[in-house]
Amino acid sequence: MIPEIGQFALILALSLALCQGVLPLIGAHRDDAAMMSVARPAAAGQFLFVAVSFGCLIWAFVTDDFSVLYVANHSQLALPTGYKISAVWSAHEGSLLMWLLILAAWTIAVARYSKELPQKFAARVIGVLGLLSVGFLLFALLTSNPFERLHPAAIDGADLNPLLQDPGLAIHPPLLYVGYVGFSVAFAFAIAAMLSGDLDQKWARWTRPWTVIAWLFLTVGIALGSWWAYYELGWGGWWFWDPVENASFMPWLIGTALIHSLAVTERRGLFKSWTLLLAISAFSLSLLGTFLVRSGIIVSVHAFATDPTRGYFILAFLAIVIIGALILYAWRAPALDSAVGFRLLSRETFLLLNNVLLVVAATLVLLGTLAPLIVEMLNGGKISIGPPWFQVAFLVPMLPLIFLLGLGMHTAWRSQDLGPWQRLFRVPAIIAIIVGLIIPLFIYGRVGLLVAVGCIAAVWIVASSLIQPLRSWRRAEGSAGISRSALGMSIAHFGVGFFVLGVTIVSAFGEESDRAMRAGDTIDVAGFQFEMREIRDVQGPNYSAVEGVVEIRRDGEYIGTVRPQKRQYLVQQSWMTEAGIHPTWNKDLFVALGDRIGGGAWSVRIQYKPMIRFIWVGAFIMALGGLVSVSDRRYRQ
Amino acid sequence: MKPRQQRMLAVGLAALGIAIAAALTLQAFKDNMMFFIDISEVVAGNHPAERAFRIGGLVVDGSVQRQDGSLEMSFRVTDLRCELGVRYSGLLPDLFREGKGVVAHGRLADDGIFVADKILAKHDENYMSPEVAASLAANAATETESAGMNVSGCEPV
Repeated sequence: MIPEIGQFALILALSLALCQGVLPLIGAHRDDAAMMSVARPAAAGQFLFVAVSFGCLIWAFVTDDFSVLYVANHSQLALPTGYKISAVWSAHEGSLLMWLLILAAWTIAVARYSKELPQKFAARVIGVLGLLSVGFLLFALLTSNPFERLHPAAIDGADLNPLLQDPGLAIHPPLLYVGYVGFSVAFAFAIAAMLSGDLDQKWARWTRPWTVIAWLFLTVGIALGSWWAYYELGWGGWWFWDPVENASFMPWLIGTALIHSLAVTERRGLFKSWTLLLAISAFSLSLLGTFLVRSGIIVSVHAFATDPTRGYFILAFLAIVIIGALILYAWRAPALDSAVGFRLLSRETFLLLNNVLLVVAATLVLLGTLAPLIVEMLNGGKISIGPPWFQVAFLVPMLPLIFLLGLGMHTAWRSQDLGPWQRLFRVPAIIAIIVGLIIPLFIYGRVGLLVAVGCIAAVWIVASSLIQPLRSWRRAEGSAGISRSALGMSIAHFGVGFFVLGVTIVSAFGEESDRAMRAGDTIDVAGFQFEMREIRDVQGPNYSAVEGVVEIRRDGEYIGTVRPQKRQYLVQQSWMTEAGIHPTWNKDLFVALGDRIGGGAWSVRIQYKPMIRFIWVGAFIMALGGLVSVSDRRYRQ
Repeated sequence: MKPRQQRMLAVGLAALGIAIAAALTLQAFKDNMMFFIDISEVVAGNHPAERAFRIGGLVVDGSVQRQDGSLEMSFRVTDLRCELGVRYSGLLPDLFREGKGVVAHGRLADDGIFVADKILAKHDENYMSPEVAASLAANAATETESAGMNVSGCEPV
């Protein structure tokens, strides 16, 4: 009964989404206030019914209703209740329902906080979001019904994939989706602006906080995913340039460009059509990511099981959204031109460079991701593009971006005098060169060209992002000090510096060793002694495991003990590597068990990962910067 | 700057960026492209010489061998028509198992054994790499069509 209610609620949500998508848009076109006023209640109703549907699916999981196919495939009696709930979004159907819920939540948030917007504009924004909901609801109902029954019901479920039985993975997809789906708000604002043919600085001020919030969730989501892959996939990498990772990274890159271009549009009324194009692209890339993940056309460790109908549906939806938006763009954008100018040395130029470099980076990632598809379509054989290519190609636009970032932050809008600008950078530049060389030389004992460049760039950004906060702090007695949005920018850029430092150090000085170990063996990696004290059997709630007890010492001094496990989950009979990690702020010591290789020995991977935590901490600082900047007074009228 | 100049600057920079990107992409693609070669093709000698490529198929039951306490191991992979020996030293992914799908990166050594530097198995055991699936499906089909006839090259396994 409950699952049927869930499905029925989804159908009701579809009819309300249709009202929400069609009536306000017609109303805005005809200037009909009654039709426009349908927008908010319809959005609220749509949210309510999607939430009911989502609740029903959770109910089915928590009560172990194995007469529902999706539950039978992804849960099990012995699964802890927390994971029964997170199992809801562990596969295609449920995660699509979550996507719908988040889209509806964004919509009511927009409806709630758009009271100050002109009625017509708000009606159009909510209407466009309604049309997007219609697309996804149809997708769910026609191809991916999570409430499909199983006759006869299963006695027990097939269990949740053990890789997904982890707190990191329970919260990573929701955050990622909040980010992905959030770009639909920027998209809807862009479409609404083009429909009305009116785009002013106020428009950018409305759009900006929504975009930044979506962006910060995406940032945290990607960072969590990377962290999860690091400790849960068991092999200690933090980014693999896997197609599905790229699918989340491309909207991030374009979203980052969009935030910066919105800044120009808000402050100076420039880059209008470019901003619109970025808003369309960010959301289109989110859709493309969905397509890549769910159609199974790309070889990836993350891909959901293949189903061509789903692939065609999303492809068709993607085509409608992109082609529709671009036609509207070609028709309306030329009318939005502005007649203000700026000098070559101005913040506008730097933000333009920022945008070009970010778009180039996203294009390269896109090319590398789609290349295997393109080559195969041209009958060029089945190829794959390895991470080394991405690493090199990505660095080309990113290096100049990082150095320009420090300069652009302190350049005035419109026109900047050269003299004071040059003087400003003397101190941070000197600090960057000295500290950037000291870190690798004195802590890690050697320095190469790439390491030096990376460290100097990182310190350069950190130093120059501190200029403004330090100045306002010193001058602060009595004065208003720094604005929230400037402070947010400084914090976010400070995070970029942290991130760059982490990436540079861990790639240059990380060490890895695969060895055979018996109980009693000691292996030396990067100056640490790893002693295998014991290899023993342990029991978990739904798995049995072999556990290694590894003591770590440095020159005889005890540092810590890690317990890497090899688990066998009982229902699926599948094996999982649970790494043992000894984390400290400036390094991780990582031990993973491989296989039993006979003679009482196990293959073991030992890794030394200096400053790897800076990568995720840096990403979180970036997101924090976004949060601070949206709390600025001018966004809270 | 006047709007026209701004646009010229924007277009110029974008064009420059794209040109650099295109040049780099093409150059580096050549060095980083890894072909997937069907096992039958490798056995027939139709594989890239002097560079790494990928193979994939099913791990033959009972073929996994290793010396006690050593990371060195070997196994055979089949595409349901031909078999190829693989040598590997290192840690195996959790889903590596006899009878299951596998993808390996590496080169063909002079003794006709594929020396893998990386072994991949996917994180869902019901999920098979599309390349492997296609390679197996093609051979399963030929096998049925040519039932009784001797397929050129290897014997059906």
